[in-house]
Amino acid sequence: MGMLKKMSKNTRSNLITYGIVIAAFLIMQTLITTGSISSLLEGLMVPLCIYVILAVSLNLVVGILGELSLGHAGFMCVGAFTSAFFSKCMRDVITSSLLRFFLALLIGIAVAAVFGLIIGIPVLRLKGDYLAIVTLAFGEIIKNLVNVLFIGRDSNGFHFSTKDVMDLNMEPDGTVLVNGPQGITGTPKDSTFLIGVILILITLFIVTNLINSRDGRAIMAIRDNRIAAESIGINVTKYKLMAFTISAALAGAAGVLYAHNLSTLTATTNNFGYNMSITILVFVVLGGIGNIRGSIIAAVILTLLPELLRGLSDYRMLIYAIVLIIMMLFNWAPKAIEWREKYFSFGKRKKEAVK
Amino acid sequence: MAALLDVKNLGISFGGLRAVNAFNISVEKEELYGLIGPNGAGKTTVFNLLTGVYKPDSGKVLLDGEDITGKKTIDISKAGIARTFQNIRLFKQLSVLDNVKVGLHNKHHYSTIEGILRLPRYRSVEKEMDEKAMDLLKVFELEQVAQQLASNLPYGQQRKLEIARALATEPKLLLLDEPAAGMNPNETGELMDMIRFVREQFHMTVLLIEHDMKLVSGICEKLTVLNFGEVLSQGDTGTVLNDPQVITAYLGE
Ligand SMILES: Nc1ncnc2c1ncn2[C@@H]1O[C@H](COP(=O)(O)OP(=O)(O)OP(=O)(O)O)[C@@H](O)[C@H]1O
Ligand SMILES: [Mg+2]
Repeated sequence: MGMLKKMSKNTRSNLITYGIVIAAFLIMQTLITTGSISSLLEGLMVPLCIYVILAVSLNLVVGILGELSLGHAGFMCVGAFTSAFFSKCMRDVITSSLLRFFLALLIGIAVAAVFGLIIGIPVLRLKGDYLAIVTLAFGEIIKNLVNVLFIGRDSNGFHFSTKDVMDLNMEPDGTVLVNGPQGITGTPKDSTFLIGVILILITLFIVTNLINSRDGRAIMAIRDNRIAAESIGINVTKYKLMAFTISAALAGAAGVLYAHNLSTLTATTNNFGYNMSITILVFVVLGGIGNIRGSIIAAVILTLLPELLRGLSDYRMLIYAIVLIIMMLFNWAPKAIEWREKYFSFGKRKKEAVK
Repeated sequence: MAALLDVKNLGISFGGLRAVNAFNISVEKEELYGLIGPNGAGKTTVFNLLTGVYKPDSGKVLLDGEDITGKKTIDISKAGIARTFQNIRLFKQLSVLDNVKVGLHNKHHYSTIEGILRLPRYRSVEKEMDEKAMDLLKVFELEQVAQQLASNLPYGQQRKLEIARALATEPKLLLLDEPAAGMNPNETGELMDMIRFVREQFHMTVLLIEHDMKLVSGICEKLTVLNFGEVLSQGDTGTVLNDPQVITAYLGE
């Protein structure tokens, strides 16, 4: 306890968040090994990790940088397809699934980060609604591009086309790797709940430590007052890009996890379109903009709830709606915030009387 | 000796309005200099021109001999001008301490990776920044509220915090835009002492805009009076305040 006290409040708050994640993992893992939960729920564990990573990474843009981005699913899509492509090509070359996944992860993250940077440079000049619309369009464009992408490989090497499989002009020995709307099939299923949780912890580590560093302060200063930040010599473009790129990279990691959890990867509106981007934004908003722990909790509750309520068929959506409203109130109503800070102020700054 | 700030023939128009015209000023090192004039005279616009918020359409600005005319705000900050704002612009959701630490940003470095991995340099530089920031907060008697959110401070303390943040950039020239606005006479008195202390302690040069004549006559050695974007009168405080033109146009009554 003495040690906990000596640490800075931020560090303590972060450790509590890690603790919650690890405890939740251990509980679920125990339930899974003792066979106490349905296989359906068990199958939801990796998607849950994906949503949590996405929510935390989007919160970096929306809550910490203060810019509205609706293209997050696009970065996830980039990470998913590049990593799945890699894993499929390397399936027989690298037999250790852990090593293969690790390399796929690095590739997915790197490519998503590059996309974040390239998209961010022109787009971050825009503000508010304009930025939201352009990022939304980016997400849709990525999804549609993937749907017309055909890649095959034969003895002569790789073949690309944006028309169809025939257009690849492969030798008879060739195999189709990416098949347009049918996407990538036969990606090794390397994602596990444990890997997912580790990725959540790494995401948390990166985001929370960034927030409490020199760069994080600069990012939040831009959010709070751009003109003042400029007047004290903060490079606004650089820090906006930094937040956006890191966020894109983390969304890419979620995409890698997603791609390696399914044997067939396709890009549809539900997984990589605006539906997904909006779903993630809902997690961020309901969990409290800028509140990292809140994003995690919102993502978990809203992903699990529909499954847990399946038995109540008719009342399911009603209860879901009520929970949404309660979460909204809990996070946003001034009275509720006061109450929460009084009883749940784990390591948060206490408000003192202002003299 | 050349002046620290030397401005010649500065001007800008907004549409048809000539907001600032043929503006000259010369501020010596460690001087406390006042810029006064009626509402809408163009005082804040002069600050915006000096700090690169607006680009002048005529004139030249020299800081310590360096031509900074038309440069970007960030480069002017690095060249050594820091300012406060008439409408307070704090980082509201950051703590008082962090507001000052953002001001220290360009003087204390560690890389993003060192920050995320919390390597030794992160710890040592952060500690250095904490100490420096606390020292500055002490000057403005804000050390007790260091952990509070900036938006929770009363008005007078917010104005002081803005000055502390500006000083954190270690400027050569400090621009204060109505630092006493919204303060009661007691707070204004304290503020005057603080400005004097800052000048002495940090060998700071200060150019300030103010309507509170008690503060202006109390601490400024020289004055420039602006009226309709043009210099109406300029010189030692005593002389300017007795200039009949100034009395009619501004001091009035
Ligand atoms: N960005 C702008 N666009 C158009 N007009 C502007 C702009 N900024 C300032 N002005 C105009 O320039 C004139 C000078 O404004 P400024 O804010 O510099 O006055 P001021 O001397 O600081 O007044 P106050 O004492 O009220 O603060 C005003 O008429 C104002 O409306
Ligand atoms: Mg003004």
